[in-house]
Amino acid sequence: MAPLPEWTAIAPTLLLGLTAIVLFVIDSVDPRSKNRTLLSGTATVGTLAALVAAGALLATGTGTDQAVTFYNGQLVVDGMSLFFTIIFTSVATLVTIASYDYLAGESEQAEYYALVVLAATGMTLLASAGSLAVAFVSLELVSLPTYALVAFMKDNRGSVEAGLKYFLIGALSSAIFVYGISLVYAATGSLLFSDVAEAAAGTEVTGVLGIGVLMVLGGFAFKTASVPFHFWAPEAYEGAPAPISAFLSSASKAAGFVVAFRVFTVAFGLDITSSIDWVLAFQILAVVTMTLGNFAAVTQDNVKRMLAYSSVGQAGYVLIGLAALGGGQNSLVLGMSMTHLFVYGFMNTGAFLFVALVEHWGSVGRTFEDYNGLGREAPIACVAMTVFMFSLAGIPLGGGFLSKYFLFGAAVSAGFWWLAAVGVVNSVLSLYYYSRVVKAMWLNDPAGDISLNDYPLGLYTAVVAAGLVTVLLIPAFGLVTDPAIDAAAALFS
Amino acid sequence: MIIEILLALSLLGALVVFVLPDDYAPVGALIASLFPLVTSFLMWFGFDGSGNAFLDGGELAYETMVGWISVGPYAINWHVGVDGISMPLVVMTTVLTTLAILTAWTPIDERRSQFYGLVLFLETGLLGVFVALDFFAWLVFWEIVLIPMYMLIGVWGGPRRKYAAIKFFVYTNVATLVMFLGFIALVFGLGDSVTSLDMPAIAQALRGGELGSLGGIGPDTLKTVAFIAMFAGFAVKVPIVPVHTWLPDAHVEAPTPASVLLAGVLLKMGTYALLRFNFTMLPETASQLAPYIAILAVVSVIYGAMLALAQQDLKRIVAYSSISSMGFVILGLVAYTEFGLGGATFQMISHGLISGLLFACVGVIYNTTHTRMIGDMAGLADRMPVTTTLFVAGCFAYMGLPFMAGFMGEYFIFQGSFAAEFAGSMIYTAIAMFGIVIVAGYLLYAMQRTLFGEFRLDTDYSIGRASFHDVVPLVVLVICIIGLGTAPDVFFGMIQDAVGPLLEGGV
Repeated sequence: MAPLPEWTAIAPTLLLGLTAIVLFVIDSVDPRSKNRTLLSGTATVGTLAALVAAGALLATGTGTDQAVTFYNGQLVVDGMSLFFTIIFTSVATLVTIASYDYLAGESEQAEYYALVVLAATGMTLLASAGSLAVAFVSLELVSLPTYALVAFMKDNRGSVEAGLKYFLIGALSSAIFVYGISLVYAATGSLLFSDVAEAAAGTEVTGVLGIGVLMVLGGFAFKTASVPFHFWAPEAYEGAPAPISAFLSSASKAAGFVVAFRVFTVAFGLDITSSIDWVLAFQILAVVTMTLGNFAAVTQDNVKRMLAYSSVGQAGYVLIGLAALGGGQNSLVLGMSMTHLFVYGFMNTGAFLFVALVEHWGSVGRTFEDYNGLGREAPIACVAMTVFMFSLAGIPLGGGFLSKYFLFGAAVSAGFWWLAAVGVVNSVLSLYYYSRVVKAMWLNDPAGDISLNDYPLGLYTAVVAAGLVTVLLIPAFGLVTDPAIDAAAALFS
Repeated sequence: MIIEILLALSLLGALVVFVLPDDYAPVGALIASLFPLVTSFLMWFGFDGSGNAFLDGGELAYETMVGWISVGPYAINWHVGVDGISMPLVVMTTVLTTLAILTAWTPIDERRSQFYGLVLFLETGLLGVFVALDFFAWLVFWEIVLIPMYMLIGVWGGPRRKYAAIKFFVYTNVATLVMFLGFIALVFGLGDSVTSLDMPAIAQALRGGELGSLGGIGPDTLKTVAFIAMFAGFAVKVPIVPVHTWLPDAHVEAPTPASVLLAGVLLKMGTYALLRFNFTMLPETASQLAPYIAILAVVSVIYGAMLALAQQDLKRIVAYSSISSMGFVILGLVAYTEFGLGGATFQMISHGLISGLLFACVGVIYNTTHTRMIGDMAGLADRMPVTTTLFVAGCFAYMGLPFMAGFMGEYFIFQGSFAAEFAGSMIYTAIAMFGIVIVAGYLLYAMQRTLFGEFRLDTDYSIGRASFHDVVPLVVLVICIIGLGTAPDVFFGMIQDAVGPLLEGGV
């Protein structure tokens, strides 16, 4: 068989872009369309096709043996970009399926799906970014649609307020990010990662570069909702439509991480850590982020807000992947960090989609107490939620146990046992608030009569599918770790 | 392969029962539990293993070993198999699950499909703990057990069920963490001499003296620290005084079937793990610490029995008596002789059956009288002759009547611990034997007050005979107990075969 033309390597991105255009076309033909099946179906088919394409590329070894580059290295398709493309498209698929029910009765549905797919396009580009310019542009392509999506419920004060807050902090951090890029450019004379890496090692203006690196780090901290740029997250996640919260907290966060992984390991590299110790910065970030996220989550009464803070805490665990570099186990820790993001993509999306399901019911409130006795009315969805909660907490009902275990194990074998220790303590703490949801659903008696007369197909499909994947990741864990470690190893070669 | 089938059948049963309509759930669960039961009996009858699963020189039965995950320095395999220690425990688990399902028919009347689904899910986890030979898979099963048990207590339990469920969960989960840290320290201490988390490989490396130092701590200190951490972790599960306080709460609040499985199988997880980890992997440390452990064991026996003596609630009596009986198991383990270790394993089985029987009897009595307080009832013997007979049989089995399983277990343990080599073993044994007198005391006292004398019942329920399906599990258990007491060799032979290599100092 003749080798496929090179452009097929960015097929997932192209497919997503195409889907967005198709949605726009549908919208211009029928601007007031409320045909949920057509719109949600188109978006789902598109994201699924991109998922299949990315999976096929990874399976056939495209980019994993030898990275495929475009435009002199501005775009790079390698194992890592494909790995993350699978995360983005999986989450996007779950979100578009769930939105089928969630958006029932809303207007401007075509725009909603188009924006989701566009943001996903930006994420896949971000994963392939080979220069700081591409990274910035695709970061904006992710951010702008999501600002609009957070504020999608125009009549809902919370949604609009969340959108505004998200936008303002996003604009600020974009500015910081782009200023950081300009400083890096000043110090190294290039935006291309490979050139930056060469020039950075020999630069004389370490101070300028150092400030640039820190500012770039700030931009990533915003996207990944890490401390100190995390405080938009609880507001945005709480106010946004729940499927968008799922999308933001899983896919958008992963997008922030993929570009951080690439920029810091490829462009800045471990060689400059002797003068600009960005690994130390990530160590501080990791510890502060997981501790703050978990402690804040403990005090919440609102489930969605708890999940928002828990996702801040989870970002702290993932940061271990960058914080434990330089200990001789680089590809292992980074690979495990990627694996944790992969598992997190499913369990966290599933948890937010369960919240979407609850919001769809409407008759059930949003606090822990309102979830009382839900297990009697909707046992299947509640089993799935139980899986997500225990998996997030690190109890082996889902893949989250394995990924967390290996992430901490990798940190220990790299010599950063104290990072793992902080992680373990936080994990134990997190069990408290995750199990509160489980306790409310199954153990507590409902305060009043909660009769649910509606079991929406789309939301159920998405929640159950996410639950199944989370559980099946236990036996199939090796399928995720191998490509992750290979992809991480490729960055350090 | 048959082990995978066993696990798959119970898991599949759990899933099917979970979605059954409530009305079909009891019968459905009974049928579903028969598949693993039959499978485990087929395994037992076809058992051709020899030696100890963790040590060289034997032949594991039904072994499977395939690569699962390989990450960094450690490979993780799907490694399962049974030897003479785990085989009887597997059979006991499937038997008790089926009987526990029968005991649930009368008392459980809401959310039945979820209840039975969780019982079968619990069975999957329990079986997994006994068959897994890779630490990772083992830990997954070990943790999974907590979830259904937490739910069973928390949803279907008594008035203080939430408190009891959370106490159970927190105690055992923290214990797991402590144990985990201890074990992982050992694995790191072994360094490059192990390349997987395979427990037999780790046990053999440890016994072969491959342990290096870790973080400046020498191997001997490391062994002691790890031993204590693992012991503390498992002690909660057993439970050993002073970390036993979750047990009475959990038992009293748990519904009868959950109590049967909790006392019958979950507690055995602790002693099984102690045997497999502490006493197989670190035998020298075990013998150094033997006198201290023996003190804990004796305190558990006597203190547990004294606590039982002080209770007014039938279920609490049985719950505290478990602490006392598990003390005997620890004494047998620490004796580290063929009869000690073998007797401890045998006692796990016999205590599983006997305490299961007693909890089931208390359940049947409660179903009719709606009280468990000794002071509220008297003279049940006239009204419930069959249940009374079986309850009396269970009590005598507990007291160690010859030709019943309890007698054989305790006899083996005392024979073993009397001959143990650590200082003062005879004194400890003698004190522990005195525990049996207290057992006889509180059980006779309880029986005499509730079963005999003139009939009196202080609740507003008319008392009738127990239904057929309530009595069946009791009868089956009594038959098993007498069978095991008269022919202990059905299990004791394979147990001896499996504990033998531990004593020979082999790797």
